[in-house]
Amino acid sequence: MTPIEFTPSLLVDRRATRPPPVPRRSTAGILFGDLTSALLTIVTGGLILLAAPAIAKWAIIDAVWTTGNPSACQQAGACWAFIADKLRFILFGVYPPEQQWRPLVVIGLVLLGVLMTLAPALWGRRLIIGWTVLVAVMLALMWGGFLGLSFVPTSRWGGLPVTLLLAVVSLGLGFPFAVLLALGRRSAWPVTRFLSVFTIEIVRGLPLVGLLFVASILLPLLLPADWTIDKLGRTVAALTVFAAAYLAEVVRGGLQGVPVGQQEAARALGIPYWKTVCYIVLPQAIQKVIPPLTNTAIIMVKNTSLVMIVGVFDMLGAGRSAATDPAWPAPYPEIYLFVASIYFVICYGISRYSLWLERRVREKDYQ
Amino acid sequence: MRGNDWTILVFAGALLVGTTISTPGQAQSTIETVKKRGHVICGASQGTVGFGAPDSNGYWRGLDVETCRAIAVAIFNDRDKIEFVPLSGQQRIPALQTGEIDVLPRTLTWTLRRDGNGINPTFANYYEYTGFMMPKALGVTKVDEMAGASVCVQTGSTTEVVVNDVSTKHNLGLKPVIFDNVAATRQAFFSGRCDALITDAAALASVRATQAKNADDYVIFPATQYMDALAPAVRHGDDQWFDTVKWSIQALLAAEMYGITQANADQMLTSSDPRIRRFLGVEPGNGTALRLDEKFAYNIVKQLGNYAEIFDRNLGKGSPLKIERGPNRLFRDGGLMFPLDFQ
Repeated sequence: MTPIEFTPSLLVDRRATRPPPVPRRSTAGILFGDLTSALLTIVTGGLILLAAPAIAKWAIIDAVWTTGNPSACQQAGACWAFIADKLRFILFGVYPPEQQWRPLVVIGLVLLGVLMTLAPALWGRRLIIGWTVLVAVMLALMWGGFLGLSFVPTSRWGGLPVTLLLAVVSLGLGFPFAVLLALGRRSAWPVTRFLSVFTIEIVRGLPLVGLLFVASILLPLLLPADWTIDKLGRTVAALTVFAAAYLAEVVRGGLQGVPVGQQEAARALGIPYWKTVCYIVLPQAIQKVIPPLTNTAIIMVKNTSLVMIVGVFDMLGAGRSAATDPAWPAPYPEIYLFVASIYFVICYGISRYSLWLERRVREKDYQ
Repeated sequence: MRGNDWTILVFAGALLVGTTISTPGQAQSTIETVKKRGHVICGASQGTVGFGAPDSNGYWRGLDVETCRAIAVAIFNDRDKIEFVPLSGQQRIPALQTGEIDVLPRTLTWTLRRDGNGINPTFANYYEYTGFMMPKALGVTKVDEMAGASVCVQTGSTTEVVVNDVSTKHNLGLKPVIFDNVAATRQAFFSGRCDALITDAAALASVRATQAKNADDYVIFPATQYMDALAPAVRHGDDQWFDTVKWSIQALLAAEMYGITQANADQMLTSSDPRIRRFLGVEPGNGTALRLDEKFAYNIVKQLGNYAEIFDRNLGKGSPLKIERGPNRLFRDGGLMFPLDFQ
């Protein structure tokens, strides 16, 4: 019988476990350090040099920047004048032009929300309340119908605010459901467990496009004749369910990473289940899964562009619709590049935020 | 440009489940609902050039859009008392059946199964037949010479089916090259990606006129001997609404027939021609019969113009599309458009 060894892991100074610093390499060393690197650098550089003049010629030299006359774009390079002409439509879709300040304020509010999220002082309950209030204000602004604001039906919403609202609302509503589903999947009660597994697996087994079709075509046929749920509302519902199923698995991953001892200790101390979950288990679990959470968030932002197929004028849909204007010579590349760059800014922003968050959490661990 | 038979597939599946629950029975007539709501809800496309697409200011324009505005004018005497709900090809019929929209003017081809499956096409506002365009250099002038040709097709339109049918019928082995939008399809054709381009023949003529370097280098010939009627549709089971929509469309055609335009509508009120006087509501009766304003037809012409004016500014001479009237001329000019008697 071997004696039980005592490893005083809890007594070890955790600073000592910090990874050793990686030595910095010079740029030349990175590019031409060994034969493979040198070859790859030369080949890639050559390809870039080959493509660059053509791209520059198209995008800058031959491009039409401003014109009142669409046919000026006929034989030219990129038609950026088209983007300028259609900017309002791409950003705000079919929203009444005289009420344009409203979606503009909505975009401002989203930025405000982002700033809020960046301030650690506000983290916690205040942030959740803040976002809820913001989303409510945004929706109220878009709808109107009070204080002299004219009512704008959701069929006239469009462009960037719709993209942002769909992403924020589906993730925001999806997250609490996700936590419930994740907890349910680990629950000791068979019925809860079965329902959670069933929901998650069904939704994950369906493509989002399928869910959107069900929400937009089948659902209204199944409901009683005098019930009509708003098209945008049905779309949000489908996106929320989808987000919830994916987030649930991410959260479950985090939950599995929390040692059972934590929960057992809490129970031993007589802390009630929901308090254990909210104050002990979840904070540790979520901290562990920041990268996959970000991943899901980014995927959901981009998934919102699929709502185009069910006739919601999100930013991509508005852009494509703008491009059908026969007066202009089909400037699809310009439209797609423009819309892609807006998506990139949003998604890259989220990704940088999560990196910063991760680093912060890690540093806090080592303190 | 036209309908998509996916709709039927999705719809058939939906019906299987749907019928077991309930068939949509309207408690209130559509026109009462519309009046109470204060505006007409129209199914619109997600941007079909010339038929229905929002302009840079988000204002909806197009032949189908103006047809729907005519209905709003007939009821409210205001072309802007209207809401457009953008719908995909798959969504449009269920949206009409479930009451999400009141009327569906959205390049909908009038077919037996659609008509039988719960919607009522009212009256065609556009006729089209499918054609092929090919470079003259290939020496092809009719369909049965096309063996092995590749064809640029726009997905989601009935032309996809036509290519298939033609290919099977004449045993041609056509190779469809599919694109997801009009512009890309056309660009691909002119850059030589495929031997032929298939779409509405009137549209082909306009494409040739506006996009080809030399229009004489291309030949257009019909793909089939069949003509399609695109007709705004309403739900089954509400005859009064069916009549309202049908006669709103008719008013546009009849106005052209009588030579009444947006500009001369007021002058025409003093006309001595009894038909014109009845049409404009100077002699009452028509409005009462339809339970609309006596001047509904006058209002429509005054606010939107007649069919010729609407066609020209959205599809024809006054638009970048420059589509010929072709089969959409009035019957007296050799077309298929047939105004009924306003009395």
